[in-house]
Amino acid sequence: MTTSPLLEVDGLGVTFSTPRGEIRVVDDVSFDIAAGECVGLIGESGSGKSVTALSLVRLLSRASYEGRVRFDGRDLLDLAEAELKQVRGGRIGFVFQDPMACLNPALTIGFQVAEPARLHLGMSKKESLDHAAELLDRVGIARARDRLRDHPHQLSGGMRQRVMIAIALAARPGLIIADEPTTALDVTIQAQILDLIREVSTQTDAAVLMITHDLGIAAGLCDRVNVMYAGQIVERAGTSELFAAPEMPYTWGLLDSLPRMDDPRGTRLRSIPGSPPTPPAVSDRCRFLPRCPYSRDRCGETAPVLTERVDGHTARCLGTEPMGWIA
Amino acid sequence: MSDNEIGTPLLDVSNLSVHFGSSGLLRRRSVLRAVHEVSFGLNPGETLGIVGESGSGKSTTARAIARLVDASAGSITLDGADLLAARGSRLRRMRRDIQMVFQDPYSSLNPRRTIAASIAQPLLNHGLVSPRETDAVVAELLEQVGLPQSAAGRYPHEFSGGQRQRVGIARAMATGPRVLICDEPVSALDISIQAQVVNLLGDLQERTDVAMLFIAHDLSVVRHVSHRVAVMYLGSIVEIGPSEEVYTNAAHPYTMALLDSAPEPDPAHERGRERIVVRGEIPSAVNPPSGCAFHTRCWLYERLGEPEECRTLSPALTESTGGHQASCHFSHEAANHRPARAALAVPTTRRRFGA
Repeated sequence: MTTSPLLEVDGLGVTFSTPRGEIRVVDDVSFDIAAGECVGLIGESGSGKSVTALSLVRLLSRASYEGRVRFDGRDLLDLAEAELKQVRGGRIGFVFQDPMACLNPALTIGFQVAEPARLHLGMSKKESLDHAAELLDRVGIARARDRLRDHPHQLSGGMRQRVMIAIALAARPGLIIADEPTTALDVTIQAQILDLIREVSTQTDAAVLMITHDLGIAAGLCDRVNVMYAGQIVERAGTSELFAAPEMPYTWGLLDSLPRMDDPRGTRLRSIPGSPPTPPAVSDRCRFLPRCPYSRDRCGETAPVLTERVDGHTARCLGTEPMGWIA
Repeated sequence: MSDNEIGTPLLDVSNLSVHFGSSGLLRRRSVLRAVHEVSFGLNPGETLGIVGESGSGKSTTARAIARLVDASAGSITLDGADLLAARGSRLRRMRRDIQMVFQDPYSSLNPRRTIAASIAQPLLNHGLVSPRETDAVVAELLEQVGLPQSAAGRYPHEFSGGQRQRVGIARAMATGPRVLICDEPVSALDISIQAQVVNLLGDLQERTDVAMLFIAHDLSVVRHVSHRVAVMYLGSIVEIGPSEEVYTNAAHPYTMALLDSAPEPDPAHERGRERIVVRGEIPSAVNPPSGCAFHTRCWLYERLGEPEECRTLSPALTESTGGHQASCHFSHEAANHRPARAALAVPTTRRRFGA
């Protein structure tokens, strides 16, 4: 890529200090996102995908960060708190899983959608409310102007998620971080919200970082996908490439764990044995080793690094490296 | 394996309705029709999947069968015996035969009880074992669900979500039930663990011939485990039949929309298709729409120029083209209006796990 990316995460590490000591939950995470691109961060619970997302703008308490997060030419991990506040909800918008927990129940949705525009774009109160009505209309809320005075409890789950998206868009962000935005919703409503995310990112040219455990969502929405396991990125590729020719056994294990609409009923699913490590322990071996049917002694001796396989496709697995033993 | 088979099925649900009454201080008394005239049968060794959005009545149907909520009308029989009229010792006996597995194994296990105590409780409640025999029976159940013997003396917090669900299944299987009701049993689990639990349920069914009612919102999981599938909308079954039939020859526009909404882990398929997206959300069961309950969100109703009968006449479940039942006035037209879907295929280049 000749132009520099919008977001560039380099060697991100996140450590929590707990009464039982330091726990490193994210380790050596690097990825980038170009303007207008949709990049997926997928993984199971505890893989560190949400922690990674929240760390980008230092939203975690009692965490220490290392590495660099370059956005708009600045390192977000170095910014003073006051400057960072300008970025949060401004150039970077957020959509979380549970809109009820994120919306203030005591404030009207009009106020909450208008607020980022006042804070970040310097709009007057009246301008910002007009802007809010426009946004609510764009995210598919009927009679938007009349709904400005509604409170969150008057809306259904799907509508609240639309309001969250309107808030994320309010200050004309360059990047929207969507953390499991449809996990709490029914499939029918999920399809509506995914269409909406697709539509607004095309219209506004905002990049999207999509955090999800649902491989189907990543397949339909993302241009590129990063797979996380035990706090690390273990594979990254263009979406079609990743689903067609994954290079990390964990990735194809995940794909094979899913029942597909086209396999015969009752066939045994190829499950991955065991369960993911919690919390991920730093070690000098492959973190997937205990669950991997392909492992060899070498996997326990060194920690594998991400290596490039074909253009733009990297994986963290000794066995599928050019001299590896997995055919 | 179907309703047409001669004889009464093991579990026979007929015109089951569950209505909840509510009365506000200044409001008129209103009735929420959670389940409305639902009928189906279930045979030994058979799995019936129930799918639908939240609010469709699928969990309430399950809870009525387990006698956790009261039915308002209709009948449920188990092996010909009236389940709804059962009281006292007969009800206790029936409870042994119908057991439930819940979505969240953490909130359904007592955190202060050992795994052994939780699994043994139903056995002791029903007087199936003497306290001296429990250890041996618990050991056998642990083995059946793939947990180590060392699990017996430990507490729920020491286990992962998948292991806790295995405990929940062991407890449900303890009384040797003939019907196992699984209400979203894998929805809270990670993908890699979900597959383990789905496989376990399949193994148990093969070994014990237990009949299963499998409720889930994940359509591909339901298809994978079910012999037959019922699709519920706003308290009623709108389509029911052999799962292969329902999934490949759906006859109800709601089923088609559900199938189209489910994201598939296949980029070419996901991008190459025009999907039906239903508008809006499931209406209130206190004030259901007139005529066909789905018409307010129905894409077919729209495409057909809003025919009057959809608004005025409630459609009955009738035999559809595919040899199963659907309740839509225009199910014979639905397939012609449905956008074509790209075929799914595992890319031949992809490695298979553990192969």
